[in-house]
Amino acid sequence: MATPWRCPCWSLNALVCVVGGWTLGAIASPPDLTELTLDNPAPGIYVHYGQQAEMTRANFGDVANIGFVVGAACVAVVDTGGTYAVGRALRSAIRSVTALPVCYVINTHVHPDHIFGNAAFTPDQPQFVGHAHLADAMQRRGPNYLRALERDLGDVATDSRIVLPTRSVATADELDLGGRVLSVRAWRTAHTDTDLTVFDRTTGTLWLGDLGFVGHIPVVDGNLRGFLAVLEELKTIPADRAIPGHGRAREWPGAIAPEEKYLLALLRDVRAAIKAGQTLDQAVESIGGDRGQWTLYDDFHRRNVTAAYAELEWEN
Amino acid sequence: MFDRFRSLVLSLTLAAAAGGAWAQDADPAESAIWKKVHEGVFANAPIADAAGIVTLETPKRAEDAAIVPIAIRSGFAQSSARYIDTIWLLVDNNPSPIAAVFHFTPDSGRADMETRIRIEQYTHVRAVAKTNDGKLYMAANYVKASGGCSAPAGKDAIAAKASLGKMRMRVDGIVVPGKPALAQLMISHPNDSGLAMDQVTRNYASPHFVRKVDVSYDGKPIMSADVDFSISENPNFRFWFTPGEGGQLEAKVVDNQDLEFATTLRLDAVRSASALPSR
Repeated sequence: MATPWRCPCWSLNALVCVVGGWTLGAIASPPDLTELTLDNPAPGIYVHYGQQAEMTRANFGDVANIGFVVGAACVAVVDTGGTYAVGRALRSAIRSVTALPVCYVINTHVHPDHIFGNAAFTPDQPQFVGHAHLADAMQRRGPNYLRALERDLGDVATDSRIVLPTRSVATADELDLGGRVLSVRAWRTAHTDTDLTVFDRTTGTLWLGDLGFVGHIPVVDGNLRGFLAVLEELKTIPADRAIPGHGRAREWPGAIAPEEKYLLALLRDVRAAIKAGQTLDQAVESIGGDRGQWTLYDDFHRRNVTAAYAELEWEN
Repeated sequence: MFDRFRSLVLSLTLAAAAGGAWAQDADPAESAIWKKVHEGVFANAPIADAAGIVTLETPKRAEDAAIVPIAIRSGFAQSSARYIDTIWLLVDNNPSPIAAVFHFTPDSGRADMETRIRIEQYTHVRAVAKTNDGKLYMAANYVKASGGCSAPAGKDAIAAKASLGKMRMRVDGIVVPGKPALAQLMISHPNDSGLAMDQVTRNYASPHFVRKVDVSYDGKPIMSADVDFSISENPNFRFWFTPGEGGQLEAKVVDNQDLEFATTLRLDAVRSASALPSR
């Protein structure tokens, strides 16, 4: 979407800081995110677990799982975090592990908490790898995402911007890191219409992006029935462990069992509400869902009902 | 220009004070966009509070920025002596603030409307009603934008194009002559703003959205709407009409590329019509 009122915002950024400091007391320069903690669940596989929270100034937009895979020749990054600051911190975390160049930056889908760190990697001149629909989705959603980021994170969002894919995956692709080949697959519309998974055969590690939610309530921003169908297909991948987009790495395919249960209940309940003649807002009010142990339930469950209703009312 | 400058500085400063949350929930009369619309659309005519005329129902926060349900409910039944003839649905901070202009007649039964809109950012949403005596009334709600990963864009651009123009119309409950009945019209359409720029060609996509909806019963108009891309993908309208002894409900839709779609629903009085197929 166009942002007719954005230019004045940009030009006022510096001034706003001055005015803010003047009227409200000191507003510090952008806080720095210096170090990311890394998990190393398998040889050459490094994961940083984002917080289970909405993106805020306090957490730098560090709310999604991001990480990298180290081959013999180079490094592939899998998602870059919700701000330039997180991307930059990931880049220095990579440097603490290896001096090999970053040759690929893979985005598992279009959501802002996974892509706004891309810009930190442009000096490495990697190939930016994404679903065949990713460029279009980034262009459609990017301006809105950037405006929300600036609104909610202020100067913590500095230098965050959209970086489009340079290598587009229609169905499947292989990325050679030297002695280690990553199998990348593009999926039908599920969590979003830009979902991509990354499978490292060497260690049996499957990066799910947001096709996998562990602990964090699943989010439907694509197609609920597609989401369930893709989960079914994913189970046939012979992985040992899965790294979800949110939550800790788990054994495969047990990692996605609670998510599947939630989504199946959502499908059943929304179908029943439509059949009973409930309107969209009545369905949103009445369907409590399976709260289980999910975090951020109140932030996303009603939204999931909304999206599912708009999809399922066209059934039959 | 100075006002915009000042309000931006003020609102952004307030945002900083609230620790990043957008704190502006200002007086709807002070919105700069509204002032323009008030002048441009209503020639600065006086507008009374809508209490007793219409109520506007919106969520406080858009759960999904692409699908925000809204309802406008009238305070009285339509009659030839007194009726609401127009309702403007306005979303101040969308790229196109005039989301819809709904026209009703005494045959509408009730001047109620439920639909779904896109919400770009924190905004006032308004319903301005004009009664048949020419007087204007306004109801306004403030709606917070959704959280980070929700966007007003559609969920599946390719699927939306594939089913373009498919329509469904239904009437709920028992149709009794002379008693207002509730109808729903669903239109499969991307309703796309075309505001996304192709970064390679630097061209904008072609906008493609529904611009006109006309619904009639037995040839008499009961609801028409001038709409645009502030209405969600797959536009969806729930509205009333007063049936006679039996007749045909007909919907005609035109989009901005002059594609036309139509559907009809044959209604027999005193029986449920919702199971009847639409074409």
